[in-house]
Amino acid sequence: MKTYKNTGNIDTRSGFGAGLAELGKSNPDVVALCADLTGSLKMDEFKDSHPDRFFQIGIAEANMIGIAAGMTIGGKIPFTGTFANFSTGRVYDQIRQSVAYSGKNVKICASHAGLTLGEDGATHQILEDLGLMKMLPGMTVINTCDYNQTKAATIAIAKHEGPVYLRFGRPKVANFTPEDQKFEIGKAVTLTEGNDVTIIATGHLVWEALEAAKALDEKGISAEVINIHTIKPLDEKAILKSVRKTKCVVTAEEHNMLGGLGESVARTLALNHPAPQEFVATEDTFGESGEPLMLLDKYGLNAKAISEKAEAVILRKE
Amino acid sequence: MSTTQHLQDFVTQVRRDILRQVHQVNSGHPGGSLGCAEFISILYQEVMDYSSDFDMDGKNEDLFFLSNGHISPVFYSVLSRSGFFPVEELKTFRKIDSRLQGHPTTHEGLPGVRIASGSLGQGMSVAIGAALTKKMNKDSHLIYSLHGDGELQEGQNWEAILYAGSKGVDNLIATIDYNKKQIDGATDDVLPLGNLKKKFEAFDWKVLELREGNDIEAIKKTLAEAKDLTGKKQPIVILMETEMGNGVDFMMGTHAWHGKAPNDEQLETALAQNQETLGDY
Repeated sequence: MKTYKNTGNIDTRSGFGAGLAELGKSNPDVVALCADLTGSLKMDEFKDSHPDRFFQIGIAEANMIGIAAGMTIGGKIPFTGTFANFSTGRVYDQIRQSVAYSGKNVKICASHAGLTLGEDGATHQILEDLGLMKMLPGMTVINTCDYNQTKAATIAIAKHEGPVYLRFGRPKVANFTPEDQKFEIGKAVTLTEGNDVTIIATGHLVWEALEAAKALDEKGISAEVINIHTIKPLDEKAILKSVRKTKCVVTAEEHNMLGGLGESVARTLALNHPAPQEFVATEDTFGESGEPLMLLDKYGLNAKAISEKAEAVILRKE
Repeated sequence: MSTTQHLQDFVTQVRRDILRQVHQVNSGHPGGSLGCAEFISILYQEVMDYSSDFDMDGKNEDLFFLSNGHISPVFYSVLSRSGFFPVEELKTFRKIDSRLQGHPTTHEGLPGVRIASGSLGQGMSVAIGAALTKKMNKDSHLIYSLHGDGELQEGQNWEAILYAGSKGVDNLIATIDYNKKQIDGATDDVLPLGNLKKKFEAFDWKVLELREGNDIEAIKKTLAEAKDLTGKKQPIVILMETEMGNGVDFMMGTHAWHGKAPNDEQLETALAQNQETLGDY
């Protein structure tokens, strides 16, 4: 089984900050807007290097989204930064009308997504944002897994014409994807090849899926791990190719099972190749305060949960 | 023909267009549309520097954003009669497969529209964004926007008003259609707006009061004054007092025609008060 090396724990939001800083140098049309969370979003380097292209909006997310939409008129490529909850649920109608329906080239960049935000608790731990964003016609939805991938994705979305939701997180997590990777929107990355079960993971749970695959391998179960960084458009071809081979699937995401990656995969399978599926996701619940790893364990969002569901889904194969 | 005569004829035709569009689909918002007929006509006929060869980026042009999108009939009439799309297309207003959606949108590719509006309270932010891009692009052209007075009840406006005042967005001229009416009745009964002049001034805006918001000369004078005040570190707002339903006697002095179409007989009466000038579609 192919294995991956963690080159050191680092937060995905720092990958965003590094990508944005690079865009600052390479693309004069890129502008950045922040709603009083510049440090948390790691936007300082861009802000300091390009003060004329950085806009501190204050704690006013609705206004930030509207201003970003307006800035596209005249050719700017605005990147907005705030926590995932305030990037989506708080401003859903602004995104719907002024960005998505209006077809504006705004990049909504959202940190602190999911339970791993930790101690701040459920008011900040949005677990519904992928669903909210993927339901908007024309919206591209990306959830990256580590620092390197987040940096690559940040740079890549500037070249994509149209609205994008880019989701990443707060805690330091394993960094294991290549530093020089080419990030292709809508293209799944098969991390390990296997025959017994397909594990389709996104965001922080991709590393957990690799850890689960290792544990399963020790039990003689061969798992194919697919990193889905783009929830929409979904790489249905890659998913179907794998599930046709393994005949069962586990999806894993730091998100509500309603509306997330798992449901998108289930729809793809239902239409093309019905197969048993298990969901590693929160079960229609809010989060709570706590240490990130303890929360992932309590809500069943880690390698242990993934391997258990993998074993369960294999038993459901006909 | 004097420019005033031309504008009067233009406005009269726009009123007819508004009434006929709304009547033919028995839906839409004639009241506010009629109230803003003079203002939007003057913007496009005399004030703004633009190309009717539409380009979304609008570089080196003045731009207009309609935040209160429900007054789409007046916007569509003025755009079509200013050369953005064929006047004939007004026939398709609110019908299936039309570019003239109930509320304006970019989605169907209608020339002249740069943002969707309809869900209220979003246009001020968009106008500010476009104004900031003009500054970044070293483009000295201006941003004009129009907002309903009732629309100011939406909180996003006050985020935007705070931002523009605090950050000195001085290439923006926002106009409030201050007709003091909304769907449910008088704004003073629904949710009083209080002293709007003082409120905007408290947010560091330059406020111009336009008492005769349906008078062509008065509008022209105020817009010229507003233009002179740009570039002075303050955004500008015009509190434009208009008459909802202006130009149709039975539609004036009431909020009843905010979102109601005239029947056949009412249309006939209304059109008789506004005789054809530039030719009906």
